[in-house]
Amino acid sequence: MSATATVIETPAPTRAVVPAEVRRTGYLLIGIAALAALLAVLTPSGDSKIRISTSSDAIQIPIFAVPGKVTAIVLALVVVGLAAYGVLLTRRGTKVPVWVVATAGALAFVALLLLLSAGKDQVVPITGLLAGTLLLGTPLVFGALSGVVCERVGIVNIAIEGQLLAGAFAAAIVASMAGNAYVGLIAAPVAGVAVGALLAFFSIRYQVNQIIVGVVLNVLVVGITSFLFSTVLKENPDLNARVGLPVLPIPLLSEIPVVGPVLFRQNLLVYLMFAIVVALQILIFRSRWGLRLRSVGEHPKAADTVGIDVNRTRWRNTLLGGAIAGLGGAFFTVASGLAFGKDMTAGNGFIALAAMILGRWSPKGAVVAALMFGLSKQLGQYIQQLQAPIPPQFLLMLPYIVTILAVAGFAGRVRAPAAEGVPYVK
Amino acid sequence: MSTPKEPLGPTPAEDPLEPVEPQSAADVEVAGEQSRASVAELDGFGRRYLRDVMSSSSLLTLLAIVLAVLLGGVLIIATDPAVQEATGYFFARPSTFFAAAWDAASQAYLALFQGAIYDGQAATFTRAIRPITETLTIATPLILAGLSVGLAFRAGLFNIGGQGQVILGAVLATWIGFGLDLPPVVHLVLALVGGAVGGAFWAAIAGVLKARTGAHEVIVTIMLNNIAAYLVLWVVTTKLFAGGSSGTSKPVGENSRLPALLPEPFRLHLGFILALVLAAAVWWLMERSTLGFKLRAVGSNARAARTAGISVGAMTVLAMAIAGGLAGLAGASQVLGTEGYLTASVAGTIGFDAITVALLGRSKPLGTVLAGLLFGALAAGGRLMQTRTGTPLDLVLVLQSFIVLFIAAPPLVRTIWRLPKPGVRREKPSPTSTTPVTAGADA
Repeated sequence: MSATATVIETPAPTRAVVPAEVRRTGYLLIGIAALAALLAVLTPSGDSKIRISTSSDAIQIPIFAVPGKVTAIVLALVVVGLAAYGVLLTRRGTKVPVWVVATAGALAFVALLLLLSAGKDQVVPITGLLAGTLLLGTPLVFGALSGVVCERVGIVNIAIEGQLLAGAFAAAIVASMAGNAYVGLIAAPVAGVAVGALLAFFSIRYQVNQIIVGVVLNVLVVGITSFLFSTVLKENPDLNARVGLPVLPIPLLSEIPVVGPVLFRQNLLVYLMFAIVVALQILIFRSRWGLRLRSVGEHPKAADTVGIDVNRTRWRNTLLGGAIAGLGGAFFTVASGLAFGKDMTAGNGFIALAAMILGRWSPKGAVVAALMFGLSKQLGQYIQQLQAPIPPQFLLMLPYIVTILAVAGFAGRVRAPAAEGVPYVK
Repeated sequence: MSTPKEPLGPTPAEDPLEPVEPQSAADVEVAGEQSRASVAELDGFGRRYLRDVMSSSSLLTLLAIVLAVLLGGVLIIATDPAVQEATGYFFARPSTFFAAAWDAASQAYLALFQGAIYDGQAATFTRAIRPITETLTIATPLILAGLSVGLAFRAGLFNIGGQGQVILGAVLATWIGFGLDLPPVVHLVLALVGGAVGGAFWAAIAGVLKARTGAHEVIVTIMLNNIAAYLVLWVVTTKLFAGGSSGTSKPVGENSRLPALLPEPFRLHLGFILALVLAAAVWWLMERSTLGFKLRAVGSNARAARTAGISVGAMTVLAMAIAGGLAGLAGASQVLGTEGYLTASVAGTIGFDAITVALLGRSKPLGTVLAGLLFGALAAGGRLMQTRTGTPLDLVLVLQSFIVLFIAAPPLVRTIWRLPKPGVRREKPSPTSTTPVTAGADA
């Protein structure tokens, strides 16, 4: 797909051609490998204590120690191997699969963890860290999926942040009124749809620059929710109670070591996320709806010629995207058992946007990228407890630096749907 | 993102250099029947003049603001406890409801005005005129950062990174401010230049990446914002910067402070004049200089600009650097003028507000100054409104976003106020183009 896109539009020599792109992925991998090697060299020689089981597991695996230095070196070797494989693919001009980069990055993270914990008394709770990663990644996954749906149909959705916030707000209030957290899960997507409708109204009907509408809608949602928070919710605290979704362990599956507690001892919202990811990945690339969606985003005139109503398709899918992001907003309130707070999404929508671009506009890639952000957030929090020599701020910066490198490096410029951000006028 | 079939050459989309002559039915009538009595001619002229005024952008801006204020009023009324009480017996005594509603909205907006311009309720004259100076003080960084966003926008770049550039500018200005000991004027100038360089460097990262790899500047600047936010959190804790109380830096040297324009109780400083001068400079740069022409050419049609021999990549980097420099100055003016030291929250929401300021000002320097003043007034007035009537400051955000949304969609404002459509000003060639779009959007 990317190849044809470049062939059609190569007006200037500065435009990247595919091999250059692929080569950049190679550079990125070499960079990760060098980083992993550096980490392995820096790791002190003490042991890292690792805990795999959680206290509620049926099968308990005792805490064990691994020699920090040796393990880090082994990991670094694996990363170097992955990088070599990637470079080999690059030489052949083949695209390097996302998983190679993701695995290499993840292993480099583990090496970092060893560097920080080797020779210390604190235990590394592997399962806890992974579960936290999934949890922190949940709103990012929802946001990124919303971005995928909207951008594939040709609407730039900068308003993900606003949709998340609106979803969080609606979920908290409706769940408090009903006294039932599950009702909040119904309200959240409705609020997201409302923001999506405004986005569609201004960008499709009035052809306003979509980035502008998105930015302004974010401000609008922050303004309205904060205003209502300071007025109505302050006077009626009952409307903003802490109603949490219960954890629903799936029998048997939740008892698998590591995987069980991470994937199958979660609440309904996380299970919904699994379902939506799988459904979107299949439907966008294998169904009639997905084909229409993509054709409208890539070449609306052609889509129109074969009888697809471009603007109606855009309207519907912008609303769908809003619903997905709104549902993700429920994470901040009912799924976390928290009451609504002013501006509580704190920039997650923008990170979700980056995750979508890193994931090359596909649900699969978006999930991987979103989880990477979740992982680095989780590690940032964990390292603050470890009192490591590195200031935690630098670790918290890491995902953003990685995003910039990745956007400049391996995501390149070919990927965005061709008609993204361009209003369709017959 | 431009469609391949676009005609080469500068598009008149942004720069209305050609005279606008609405060719409405009234015009034709006037032109065709010149032999009529002069009264009728005058009448026709009057109608045409009225039509011009009614389709002008300044009227639309005004109406957009009025709409936003009305919607904000609805929000105030809907959440006011007294109004809610009166709603209970609305059918028995509707007048009580309307009185309560009018009270709630008018009191809030009166306080907003008093907090922004002139406070008649204040005890002393100094305190009565303090609001207007606060408005100007708050407007200063908004104007500078707004110029930044506007300039980048006219060069075809969306600079969402104001926040990060403000922070970097503030950090560097602070460092020069307390780290060096120089004679009065030199120190201030150097600190300001440092602030500009800090912002320019931060923005140029995005510019270089865009020019060299095509990385979208929106994503890169958002990421740079986050990085800068963590960076400043760390910087204020370092030994070099940390001052007396935690979370703040050492105060900048007296010689590097922007001098106050008014005596003690007022906070207004030279930064405001600097912002106005820079607005004029940006106007000259964009409208009168070769560089500005190149920047605008790249912004309105990069392909045509490239064909004409303009280096698009160099212009992208330059536009980002100049824009970043302006935003960096906004940070420097906060540190050297208003605050006197660096905190992690030095940028507040300046970088994001600047986007709405630039949009409201239509990316033009004069418009940006006016928009900055309006938003400064809203922010200053919002504070008094919050303390005096209990209406939350967040109302200001709602007003700002409604204003920009309405301004961005002139047809919507025209429909709401039932204004006539402008004549030939439509950008799309086909005169029927609006109808199918509306029909298609009904789904």
